Amino acid sequence: MDISDGTGRWDGLGSRDISTREIAMENVSQEVLSRAEKIGPICEEVIQPLRSPVRSPDDLNWMLARLLMLSRRCPYADVREKCLSVLQNVQDIGVRIPRPLGQGPSRFIPEKEILQVSKVNAKTQVIFEDAFAALGRLDNISLVMGFHPQYLESFLRTQHYLLQMDGPLSLHCRHYIGIMAAARHQCSNLVNLHVNDFLQVGGDPKWLNGLKDAPQKLQHLGELNKILAHRPWLVTKAHIEQLLKAEEHSWSLAELIHAVVLLTHYHSLASFTFSCGISPEIHCDGGHTFRPPSISNYCACDIANGNGTLDEIQGNHALTDTPCEVEALMEKMKQLQECRDEEEASQEEMATRFEREKTESMLVAAAEDEDSVPTRDVSRHFEDPSYGYKDFSRRGEHVPTFRAQDYSWEDHGYSLVNRLYPDVGQLLDEKFQIAYNLTYNTMAMHQDVDTSMLRRAIWNYIHCMFGIRYDDYDYGEINQLLDRSFKVYIKTMVCSPEKTTKRMYDSFWRQFKHSEKVHVNLLLMEARMQAELLYALRAITHYMT
Amino acid sequence: MEKMARVTTALGSNTISGCTMFCHLDAPANAISVCRDAAQVVVAGRNIFKIYALEEEQFVEKLNLRVGRKPSLNFSCADVMWHQMDENLLATAATNGAVVTWNLGKPSRNKQDQLFTEHKRTVNKVCFHPTEVHMLLSGSQDGYMKCFDLRKKESVSTFSGQSESVRDVQFSIRDYFTFAASFENGNVQLWDIRRPDRYERMFTAHNGPVFCCDWHPEDRGWLATGGRDKMVKVWDITTNRAKEIHCVQTIASVARVKWRPERKYHLATCSMMVDHNIYVWDVRRPFIPFATFEEHKDVTTGIVWRHLHDPGFLLSGSKDSTLYQHKFKDASRPVDKANPEGLCFGLFGDLAFAAKESLISGGGDSNRKPYGSGGDRRYPIFFFKKPDLTEQFAHESSALSVFETDLESSRMDWFVKTARRYLLSGKPFGELCDHNAKVAKELNRPQVSTTWTMLRVMYSDPGNLATATSISKGGSIPLMNSFNMKEIAAGGLGSESRLDRGKGEIWQDTIHLDPGNSLINNNDENEETEGSEGPADYLFGDAELEDDNLYPMEHENPTAEEAEYSLPQEAFPLRHEIVDNPSVPEHLQDKVDSPHVSGNEAEAVCLTPIKSFSLISISQPLYESHLPASFFSPVVREMLQHYAEAGDVQMAVSVLIVLGDRIRKEEHWYTSYIDLLQRFELWNVSNEVIKLSTSSAINCLNQTSTTLHINCSNCKRPMSNKGWICDRCHQCASICAVCHHVVKGLFVWCQGCSHGGHLEHIMNWLKSSSHCPAGCGHLCEYT
Repeated sequence: MDISDGTGRWDGLGSRDISTREIAMENVSQEVLSRAEKIGPICEEVIQPLRSPVRSPDDLNWMLARLLMLSRRCPYADVREKCLSVLQNVQDIGVRIPRPLGQGPSRFIPEKEILQVSKVNAKTQVIFEDAFAALGRLDNISLVMGFHPQYLESFLRTQHYLLQMDGPLSLHCRHYIGIMAAARHQCSNLVNLHVNDFLQVGGDPKWLNGLKDAPQKLQHLGELNKILAHRPWLVTKAHIEQLLKAEEHSWSLAELIHAVVLLTHYHSLASFTFSCGISPEIHCDGGHTFRPPSISNYCACDIANGNGTLDEIQGNHALTDTPCEVEALMEKMKQLQECRDEEEASQEEMATRFEREKTESMLVAAAEDEDSVPTRDVSRHFEDPSYGYKDFSRRGEHVPTFRAQDYSWEDHGYSLVNRLYPDVGQLLDEKFQIAYNLTYNTMAMHQDVDTSMLRRAIWNYIHCMFGIRYDDYDYGEINQLLDRSFKVYIKTMVCSPEKTTKRMYDSFWRQFKHSEKVHVNLLLMEARMQAELLYALRAITHYMT
Repeated sequence: MEKMARVTTALGSNTISGCTMFCHLDAPANAISVCRDAAQVVVAGRNIFKIYALEEEQFVEKLNLRVGRKPSLNFSCADVMWHQMDENLLATAATNGAVVTWNLGKPSRNKQDQLFTEHKRTVNKVCFHPTEVHMLLSGSQDGYMKCFDLRKKESVSTFSGQSESVRDVQFSIRDYFTFAASFENGNVQLWDIRRPDRYERMFTAHNGPVFCCDWHPEDRGWLATGGRDKMVKVWDITTNRAKEIHCVQTIASVARVKWRPERKYHLATCSMMVDHNIYVWDVRRPFIPFATFEEHKDVTTGIVWRHLHDPGFLLSGSKDSTLYQHKFKDASRPVDKANPEGLCFGLFGDLAFAAKESLISGGGDSNRKPYGSGGDRRYPIFFFKKPDLTEQFAHESSALSVFETDLESSRMDWFVKTARRYLLSGKPFGELCDHNAKVAKELNRPQVSTTWTMLRVMYSDPGNLATATSISKGGSIPLMNSFNMKEIAAGGLGSESRLDRGKGEIWQDTIHLDPGNSLINNNDENEETEGSEGPADYLFGDAELEDDNLYPMEHENPTAEEAEYSLPQEAFPLRHEIVDNPSVPEHLQDKVDSPHVSGNEAEAVCLTPIKSFSLISISQPLYESHLPASFFSPVVREMLQHYAEAGDVQMAVSVLIVLGDRIRKEEHWYTSYIDLLQRFELWNVSNEVIKLSTSSAINCLNQTSTTLHINCSNCKRPMSNKGWICDRCHQCASICAVCHHVVKGLFVWCQGCSHGGHLEHIMNWLKSSSHCPAGCGHLCEYT
């Protein structure tokens, strides 16, 4: 496999040691320039191989794309500058160089809002450097999460452990499962990212033709993947049994736990990717183009994100539009806090409130369709593409409500995971806690706000959509705190994230800062992951007893 | 009051009797509790709330407290407790945050007495005061504990733990005012019921949630806690700081813990997940449970000893919808089944093994064999522990055997030496390989040596190769070796006939390589074989010749080269050595069959898709087109895999480093090699490896914990990390005692008087005087 041999060259760039970086950079630039010279000024055909799924790292285009990525994303200023100058040199030779498609890590958030890697605070910088050192890249997801360094650290630690460290599954299987999970939501970003990683750790390129070409064992996982992604409440111990007792293709319990954690991780990460409008990675397909900028490609959002003019106008517009939205929300929170004791709802009332919220969540239509263009045919990584989210309780198939008190992450889920896949339980536990407890006590322009009520409402609303009920929660609160557009957003994001649009992102909570919206997205992502995980783990527990 | 309670509850003449029995419940139980006279038990769960009478042979349902057509969530109980003073009084903790009391004396069907809905989240635990009739305590998920006076409509005091959810609250049995609370973040707090503003003390008991706690019924200072970290700990809280006095490691997170009445050191536990058994532990013997009850089919959720003063009966409720009474006599005793054996390695590889005397004497000499051929000196030692009458354990006498290992055979000398002598960087690739090959050869590891040599051949730039070979004197075995091995395996061993069959000069050339081949064969078979020394010499004698033969085309016209091959005469006699060695053929067959091909053969596999005589056609393109280095990558990777799996991670990593970016990194090999190096205290080498690794995750290993915290030598306070002057006493810290300047860099100091200075200065000083240069009169020692 040639892939591996070219990559070593790039590793030095991640070193903290400046001289190591210099040496590595020197190597790379010489290599690139020599190749560029070989090709010379005429190279019209370079555009074609762009779409080929597997590109060798010795391919000049691959290198140029990578340089482009580094020139934008590397946390080290020296590397960024050097990459830029190398690209310039290449262009001077007469070879066409790529330019990034789309701008910035996110399509929804203007680039300048996202802390630029060069200007971030010390803590974020350190985390970015670590991430860059570990992976040789800094993906857009991490950049957007950089708004919340505390969470990002935990997230990266968990992800690194899941993908790189000791575990029952082999490295390429892990990436393949990641691909399967992300593909379920047609998240081409994640799929591309992991296709590269998959090949890099020596995965068989044939698998990428589709699930049918993967080993039997992974094919079996397809069913669980499908159900977990869209209707996790249908997971039963029979599914688990099928996986564990399939003769020579059977999974071990430890492997299954690992796979389940990976699946849920990537399902929810796909949600996050869509909800933050994460752009394709620059060095992956769809992240850059070799075509010169032309008028036809020119669209409003290009300008908007490039220098943020349009966005600012929109933002200002929104501000003047409904200035009292935040205040109203805060007022409601205050009211709820105060009059909790006065208006004592009866038990029946509480039960119906949950049901109402549940049914209402069904009515919240999951947003209008808008075409997203998957650059890679992601659908081949899973079967049964028609299977999607169906509302939790619909007439006919009644699934009993999942009582959070009877199977909670803290008590039961954690113990099971930690038993079969040590350390991961701890990591996930920390991640959930950080996500749930993260707060800066701010709301839009207001300081010192206790947001716990709001966070709990969001968390429980998501669990409610998956049919998980907390006995001790008054679901009436949700109705008070979350308005309809926000509910639509949550529902779309959690249930069919691929349909998220910028309009939806913009239309909820208009005065809130981008960092706060990212915070909300983190909450959604973790709540979703926990819900899926709870169903899967409960099924496994049932199987074991 | 306390006295009275004990009198009234003490076991009277009517001793409790019964047997192990169970009954089916309609729904999973969450908690159970018994009434004072041990005649009735209440079972509570999400969908069940019933009272059963305990009769001699069965449970009899007495009362269903869950009434109404559509029971509200107030009936969904997380916990239940029966008052120990008033047998009509029950309290439950509801999952919706309500605390409910029930009065069995009520004439109506609905026995609900009072309802407190002050908690915002699920109430995890309720607890009546052991002696006070009207006092009830609750602990909730919202982080608060509330104390209720049942004569009032609302709580009398609220205690805020300030640290997450409360999982358990327990009144002390002996201290009237004290209660303990355990928290989700691992803390345990002790409170005085009269002081709701602040806890009396707090300590971290577990890593992760503490699910339960229980006061010792007799010893006032003992508190047992159980947590998600699978441990049960017994704390002595009479001392200033809570002291952990016992610790029991279980196999799953601990959901409940209950001291066994009348047995000071016994406690019962059940787990939250996975494990369904109930264990009774003797905390002094924490390794094997004293007794187990294995009846339940799903996790046990509630356990309670039937009577305060009777250790013989345990009641339990479970998620499998059964309620059990366990008679202690029927418990299984794991100790009976366990073989008391112990095994431990000593510092120098000695092995101590203790087993039942009967086993040892019976086994006799047959045990002896596995422990090696060499210096096995076994001396059984017998000793007895003085029997302690208070302990009720079976006494075992064991025989202890110590096996001394033969130091020579298991020495890791080669590892240390290799690690020290290998060169990993700093020279051209070819030289590094040659050097390492030489090192390996000198350490009598010819296979490794050969591997190095081959790597050089494979990866050296064709252009450099000529020079590289002329520089190096060391043995380079060209690739062709591997073909020959295949040859022998496939074509049998007719030495003479082989010569006949040989066609053309190329074939002869391969034969000439046989000596190298024999070397490999020998090595593969057994590295310690004496014989391998012999051929090795020949091999290296030939080396230059081969180089000349094989690489001339680098500078010459490739078409002419076939003619260049000539048959070196010296090689012929050696051929017989191979033939003479009878073990070679079988060995090779083995090798071919085995899935783990060694590096050498892997090559053969990859380069000769057609077996046997296709040598010419295959080897030609090898030289003509200068196979790119990447062509070998799969083979080399396989070879490295082989080494790593065989346990020689040193080789794998060294090769990785030397190859540099020619091959993909493999992170976990690095980590294990570094780990090994550090165990052998080869710090320098380990640091070199870390530095040279291409993997950035490894690279940053030696960039962690690089901070050195220092205290000021004058005021003994921690120094801020700016400058050399202490903020507090405004004196220069770390002054050299000899030259009185600030030491920046290596500071050496005497551990005795903590004076020191520049390394050089101190060294010079110590030449003339052994007293401390600071004049403190201390006789300084430096090691």
